[in-house]
Amino acid sequence: MTWRSPLALLRDALRGQRAREKELRNLVSNLPYEGLEKGKQPNRHFPGNAIKTTKYTLLLFIPMNLFEQFHRLANIYFVGLAILNFVPVVNAFQPEVALIPICIIMALTALKDAWEDFRRYQSDRKLNNTPCLIYSRKEKQFMERRWKDVRVGDFVKVFCNEIVPADLLLLHTSDPNGVCHIETANLDGETNLKQRRAMSGLCISDPEFKPESFDSLVVCERPNNNLNHFKCYAEKPDKEKVGAGIESLLLRGCTVRNTDTAVGFVVYAGHETKSMLNNNGPRYKRSKLERKLNIDVIFCVILLFAMCLVGSLGHFVWLQKQPGVPPYLVADSNGHLDSPGLSAFYMFFTMIILLQVLIPISLYVSIELVKIGQIFFIANDIDLYDEETDSRVQCKALNITEDLGQIEYIFSDKTGTLTENKMVFRRCSIMGTEYAHKENAVRLAVLEEPEESEEDVIFNQQPRPPKTGWSLDSEDANPEETQHHHCSRRKSKVAGNAQSDVAFSSPLETEVIPDRKLLQQISRAESSSGRSGSREMDPYLEFFLALAICNTVVVSMATAQRRRMSVFSRSHQASNPPDTLPNLAKMSGSLRRFITSWQRKPKRNRIFSEDSVIEEDHFNPPVKTEGSGAISGLQTCSLHAPSQDGKPATTSDNLSYEAESPDEAALVYAAKAYGFTLMGRTPNSVTVSLPSGKELVFEVLDTLAFDSVRKRMSILVRHPITKEYVLYSKGADYAIMELLGTPYAEHLCGKQKSIAADTQRHLDCYAREGLRTLCFTKKVVSEKEYESWSVNRQRALAAMENREELTMDTAVQLETNLSLLGATGIEDRLQEGVPDTIVALREAGIQVWVLTGDKPETAVNIGYACRLLEEEDLVINMSCKNTLACTSILDCALEEVRRYSNDPRNVDTTPDISLVIDGRTLTMALSSDLQERFVDLAKHCRTVLCCRVTPLQKSRVVKVVREKLKVMTLAIGDGANDVNMIQAADIGIGISGQEGMQAVMASDFAISHFKHLKKLLLVHGHWCYTRLANMIIYFFYKNVAYVNLLFWYQFFCGFSGTAMIDYWLMIFFNLFFTSVPPIMFGIMDKDISAEMLLGVPELYRMGQGAGEYNFKTFWISMLDAFYQSLVCFFIPYIAYRDSDIDVFTFGTPLNTISLFTILLHLSIEIKAWTVVHWVIILGSVAIFFIVTLAYSGTCITCNPPSNPYWILQTQMADPMFYLICVITTVVALLPRYIFHVLRNSIAPSPLVQARHLDKLDPSTRNQWIKEWRSFRGGGQGKRSGLSTPPSPTLEMPVEILPQSPTASDITGDEFTLNVITENYQRPLHT
Amino acid sequence: MVKQEQEIASRPDNTAFTQQRLPAWQPMLSAGIVIPGFVLIGLAFIGIGVALFVTSQSITVMELDYTGVERTSPCFRCSDPNVKNCVCQLDFSIASLFKGPVFFYYGLTNYFQNYRRYGVSKDDDQLSGDLDSFTSPSDTCSPYEYDSNNKPIVPCGSVANSMFNDTFKLYQIVNGTKKQVPFDGKGIAWWTDYNVKYRNPSVTPLRDAFNGTVKPLFWPRPAYELDPSDPANNGFINQDFLVWMRRAALPDFRKLYRRITEGDYAQGLPAGNYSLEIAYNYPVLSFDGRKKVVLSNVSWMGGKNEFLGIAYLVIGSLCIVMSIIMLIVYAKFKFPEEE
Repeated sequence: MTWRSPLALLRDALRGQRAREKELRNLVSNLPYEGLEKGKQPNRHFPGNAIKTTKYTLLLFIPMNLFEQFHRLANIYFVGLAILNFVPVVNAFQPEVALIPICIIMALTALKDAWEDFRRYQSDRKLNNTPCLIYSRKEKQFMERRWKDVRVGDFVKVFCNEIVPADLLLLHTSDPNGVCHIETANLDGETNLKQRRAMSGLCISDPEFKPESFDSLVVCERPNNNLNHFKCYAEKPDKEKVGAGIESLLLRGCTVRNTDTAVGFVVYAGHETKSMLNNNGPRYKRSKLERKLNIDVIFCVILLFAMCLVGSLGHFVWLQKQPGVPPYLVADSNGHLDSPGLSAFYMFFTMIILLQVLIPISLYVSIELVKIGQIFFIANDIDLYDEETDSRVQCKALNITEDLGQIEYIFSDKTGTLTENKMVFRRCSIMGTEYAHKENAVRLAVLEEPEESEEDVIFNQQPRPPKTGWSLDSEDANPEETQHHHCSRRKSKVAGNAQSDVAFSSPLETEVIPDRKLLQQISRAESSSGRSGSREMDPYLEFFLALAICNTVVVSMATAQRRRMSVFSRSHQASNPPDTLPNLAKMSGSLRRFITSWQRKPKRNRIFSEDSVIEEDHFNPPVKTEGSGAISGLQTCSLHAPSQDGKPATTSDNLSYEAESPDEAALVYAAKAYGFTLMGRTPNSVTVSLPSGKELVFEVLDTLAFDSVRKRMSILVRHPITKEYVLYSKGADYAIMELLGTPYAEHLCGKQKSIAADTQRHLDCYAREGLRTLCFTKKVVSEKEYESWSVNRQRALAAMENREELTMDTAVQLETNLSLLGATGIEDRLQEGVPDTIVALREAGIQVWVLTGDKPETAVNIGYACRLLEEEDLVINMSCKNTLACTSILDCALEEVRRYSNDPRNVDTTPDISLVIDGRTLTMALSSDLQERFVDLAKHCRTVLCCRVTPLQKSRVVKVVREKLKVMTLAIGDGANDVNMIQAADIGIGISGQEGMQAVMASDFAISHFKHLKKLLLVHGHWCYTRLANMIIYFFYKNVAYVNLLFWYQFFCGFSGTAMIDYWLMIFFNLFFTSVPPIMFGIMDKDISAEMLLGVPELYRMGQGAGEYNFKTFWISMLDAFYQSLVCFFIPYIAYRDSDIDVFTFGTPLNTISLFTILLHLSIEIKAWTVVHWVIILGSVAIFFIVTLAYSGTCITCNPPSNPYWILQTQMADPMFYLICVITTVVALLPRYIFHVLRNSIAPSPLVQARHLDKLDPSTRNQWIKEWRSFRGGGQGKRSGLSTPPSPTLEMPVEILPQSPTASDITGDEFTLNVITENYQRPLHT
Repeated sequence: MVKQEQEIASRPDNTAFTQQRLPAWQPMLSAGIVIPGFVLIGLAFIGIGVALFVTSQSITVMELDYTGVERTSPCFRCSDPNVKNCVCQLDFSIASLFKGPVFFYYGLTNYFQNYRRYGVSKDDDQLSGDLDSFTSPSDTCSPYEYDSNNKPIVPCGSVANSMFNDTFKLYQIVNGTKKQVPFDGKGIAWWTDYNVKYRNPSVTPLRDAFNGTVKPLFWPRPAYELDPSDPANNGFINQDFLVWMRRAALPDFRKLYRRITEGDYAQGLPAGNYSLEIAYNYPVLSFDGRKKVVLSNVSWMGGKNEFLGIAYLVIGSLCIVMSIIMLIVYAKFKFPEEE
């Protein structure tokens, strides 16, 4: 290391600062500078890849932590008091002792912080030390280094399924097209694969990639946190510039998929990466209870000051009244006394010191401990544990547990939250004929059964294929072949199960059992078209071709599948793969391939073993099938390989589809079930294998992508046989129906005219069932037409201005005169237990809003399915196109609602009111002038469904409701689009399910199913809230009751600030003798059993609004504290009056009485006594006596002026001590006890009634709950969501969407309004 | 299998504790349930109350105020602060036998021994015989730390300085002659104070330890001469000193002066006329207090204390009344469990 002058270092640092802050950064490769000292590195100014998320360093922990802690006002107050002790004039006895409590409390907090920081440090270290490959010029190859060694300007190589260590500019991939797939689930929660393209031409990459050849200057923008945007260009030495955007950037934290290797140039590292910039760390949320608590602390401060003022004035008056200078007044060292005024002034501060315990110093730390305990119990709840994903409920926010018990509004996402976000193909209609897929429905029903029986049942129920039927290579079909298909099908099911954590690949979605009728139809069509060799394809075949082609699904290979270890754990022991190898060697011609693939997967292959066992179970000859099973399980599916010996089905089973929308995947799987297997997709071609095993490669001429205006997508392909230009489109029914030309293939069937009508009828039927519908069309484009269109298209694509509009116009141009092929119905299944949960939440007095990006029809259907809407509900449908209309609609609706709810005739039969509103209307309704009215209307509604809302709108809705109505809100969602909403609500809940981590990261609690919300809120929320509320009230009471003893004594000691209790014992009293019981109370008390809380959700209402911790309960407990302290002081006072008792002997019974009163007070409040309660309460009493006795036994001259030596011992030998203790405790607690008894007997609150029921034996209790339910008319009988048919009566009153994109601005809204009122009154008449 | 371990890795323990299903006793406070409790407590309290009351009734107390602020008082002459070494005599008679052992107290009112700064004003080390503290007393003793000649005061501090210094002699008038009632001054202080907490320095003779120190300003005699009659009762373990140093908790207090346990008076003070001779030294005018002498016999519950017995009786009765009210409430608002 050479010496460099400080000036040079400074200059360098400044230059670095400038380089970092510049708008554009210039980066060059590190390779030419490899091995040079740091000062010569061109990229030295940019941070390295090591990350540090810890708050403290080892050395600076204490000062930094103290600084942090003093941010809390309470701590400053306490330290201020401690300092006040050292001021001489206040005459504190032992100033050092006053420091002990605050020191202990701050040390505890510091310990907690240190532990948290240490955990962060550990995770940082783990991440920083993750191995990765960096290119080294010296070694001429990629060397294994660690993440923290990565620097800007390095070349990093990433393998398949590895996580990208820094933001990389992609330069090379193993894919010949330069494509690399990444999964960004860690960043934005999207599990579908995204394509990234390598920047080409910057390095020599033939035959081998050579980073040394990289000699360009990379100019990129300053780091920012936008995950979807990136700008940079590379300037070659010849000044040629190559631009690149986000499509060439591999983000840190993403996982590389489906690509063997990728090499990238590091542009941002460490904290400058986009993922780190997005990582804002946990937010500190302050719970509602805590906000109220702070107000009460201020009350306590006021009370303290008042008491001190009384003491100070009392002292003044007392001094004034002295006739002379009594011998007990002590002058200062000069022998003269302070004037009464000055003494009184000093006395004020002395009093503050004496009575400071009134402000519960340990309250904050106790609350934190209680919350940790509560979180422990929540996280350990086995009912909230999900077996499938092996995940518990995660509590990310540590300080808002009690808010769970006060929720009034829930805002829920729909897809993935209420539904599973697993799209399942349910039915289809082709050429006006409905195919109900009954077998499939049966299978789906069966799949809902518990796991164990799953497999057998399915395969027993599976219909024998018609003849050798749908085995599509039917010409030379034989029984063995059939078995092949069986086993391969089975295997793929198992395989699917093995990767159940991966989106879109559960058996539910991938497996479709073909409709028998349709199957026959297809094989007939297939054979006929084969025979005739007709150029005209059968519409049935066309339909499935459209299904398979018209999408953006990416095919991934079996070897690259993201696979987790199987949940399925049968038959590990039964097979022994090495033994089977020799057999395989004899058997299969594809052995070599098998072995290579085997080697590539060094891990023991699960699929393989599963397979062999199953086959041994059912089939013979085992050796043979085993072999083929192994092949099917392991061979890498090569997309371009010619079909294997007439076994296309086996090959295709290795395919796995990655789709941006689950619907598309479901459709592709459906097509596959009928033999139309999508084999591969490149930007320019689509390969589909037909039922006959033939593979067709369609040339893709153009893809007209989906947009929300057209509501459809199309793909223009060239048929490889007929060479026709064919446009396949799919889209929402209303977007397609109006574009229909003549029905397709009129000559084939006689009822041509009715096809559209029939299909429409089927579509309506599907929609009523809650299925998502799509229509499929085909259009043959003539060559001439295509040519001219293509020119337009190119022009549009090349346009600089209005490019999007122009391309859309060209799309619209082509999408005309379509011929309808058919329609599909896809089900997004409701999650298990959703209707039940929603009903329970509603009974708990919680308003549930659903905010979804879906269209109103779907949302309403789901609403009915999950019992958000009931059939007798009044549904207000709001949609309008301008503010004026919106205003009038709002006014009108409000008036209606008011009139409706005020109508005396409707007292009993009032159907609940629900509101359905669409995104655009919502925007207007949330504008500042309409907000009030909207919120007012929403307040009257039991349910609000907001459709077509953007993520931003979601959070806006939450914010508006939260602020305007001053209610506790909870937002629950699973995807990246819910993050805003989750963060805006008081409590954000993420569902860790299909959609990755984004929502979970932003949430306060993460659960795995929506149904868990029920127990989380109704049980844990209730418990946490009542526990904490009661504990805090108790805490205030405890301190006031104790401190007041000292206060009353002031009236008998000339307001001189004397304490009659030893100072150490006072500290111990709060710190040891009475601190654990309330904490235990706050963690473990259980007022009502979980069963009862779940059975009677109404009990939740107790916590809403003010709940148990409110103004009244606080002041009642304060008054009680005053009363008790009066009793505790004055009964001993009167008993000992005129006796020879000394100061601290008088204080001892007071202290003891206080202890018993305070603990017995808690005992009255404790609702359920477990072993722990007994141990802690009795232990506290025991500790009090042990510690006090030991202290009194040893402290002879210590701690003046108290000298507690042998005082308690003397007292305990005196029967008066016990007599006084007993009567005082009884008198102190009698009122509270009687109050509780009388209240519980005369006017029992619902909670008390529930507790009564709780004491009954379980069967009686359940009986009671059931009867009570049925009495209330709650239809708990129809629990299952799917068995409840959605209401067929609902009609969507208005077509909200503009019929054409241009017409949207001008249409009037009065129509909408009319319809709304009409719709509105409909339930009135029924 | 590894997989299975992984699978259940984060599965919570299904124990009664973690699932919050520990068996629990759930007391329900309602009228029906608490009736027996109230009756029981009521009866027990009434029992205790009666016992306390009866005991308290059997205790005789006699208070003799000798402050002398009234002109008629025999000690009026002595209440003038300027009169030194004043002795006054208080006559009283006892109608019937004052059952022994009789405790002789002196009492002060409106005297705040519990005043904060007063309580601090002593040096515990000095009082436990630490000779270092003789030469340099603790500064808590200020302003009674050093005298004007800067000599250390032993025992220092306000508490010691203000020690009560009236002395009493009790005579029974038998046939016109005074017969002194013997006082027992032993064991009137706490055993622990006498034996553990307060110690004289182990120097003999005791007065040598006090060389170079001065007596407290208000004291007529130094500490080693407090009791001329008994050499063992001097210094810091003088019983009267120990009694005084144990500061009274409340401004009206009495302190034990002597016990009457000896000779003819072991069974108590017989009926007759008595004369109390008081060496009146302690000024009380400065705090508007009163001085008195209290004669009392004691029981297992200490001195006379009617309050506690009455309190027990009242609360006991209240509990009985409450149980009746509860019975009515129970009959009227019985929780409909069977419905």
